[in-house]
Amino acid sequence: MALNQFLLLSLFLFCTGVYGALVRRSGVLVLMSIELMLNAANLNLVAFSAFYKGELSGQVFALFVIAIAAAEVGVGLAIVLLLYRNLSSADLDRADSMKG
Amino acid sequence: MGPENVAFAVIAASMVFSAIRVVTTRNIVHAALYLVIVLAGIAAQYILLASEFLAWVQVLIYIGAVLVLFLFGIMLTKAPMRGDNDLDNDQRWPAAIASLFLAGVLGTILVDGYGDVEIAEPEQIVRTGDLGRTIFHDWVIPFEVVSMLLLGALIGAIVIARRD
Repeated sequence: MALNQFLLLSLFLFCTGVYGALVRRSGVLVLMSIELMLNAANLNLVAFSAFYKGELSGQVFALFVIAIAAAEVGVGLAIVLLLYRNLSSADLDRADSMKG
Repeated sequence: MGPENVAFAVIAASMVFSAIRVVTTRNIVHAALYLVIVLAGIAAQYILLASEFLAWVQVLIYIGAVLVLFLFGIMLTKAPMRGDNDLDNDQRWPAAIASLFLAGVLGTILVDGYGDVEIAEPEQIVRTGDLGRTIFHDWVIPFEVVSMLLLGALIGAIVIARRD
């Protein structure tokens, strides 16, 4: 297996996540796009860990990223819920009270 | 083209399709369900890369926990469950240009830098025990920091989301 096939797949997932995070209005959908980007980074780490034989640090870092992503989704959804309670919609374009 | 490459191609094709659907579908619940396919595909790629512990962690945490959180988030924010034309803002073209630019730059670098690098067959199987030994021997302080971070995120999520 070529190393590049995993890296290019992960690049595609990352760019899709960037597009989704930029165009989606709903806070939940933006968080989903961020999950796509984090998973792309994880795939990269694991591919390099398989490339350097006997080096497990890549997998350990992927585990750390998974734990941090779980924390991020918890706090992020709490923020989206608070936004919904204050604006009665999860539309991020309406959270513009700090806009100049 | 060996069987592992055929497996990679099939899984990668379904992941690419589902990832595009996650960011373009007009139904917010469908986006969550397409995200399941992408996450399961990532777990399958981990198995292809011979890291089965991470594959099961991926299934348990992402498909088991994070997706349930997303579905709760969709229901609690009373998102429109049926098709809705209003899920995207009016930045489609700038966003597409930005992500295509990123893909072009990074793709050029990857093809240039790792164009003909192969992942060799593993000489010995890396077991979950070896991974655990690496975590608790070399990375024990970052591991403790991550556990404190999870505790902080737990308390923070409760404090932010509670009604007072």
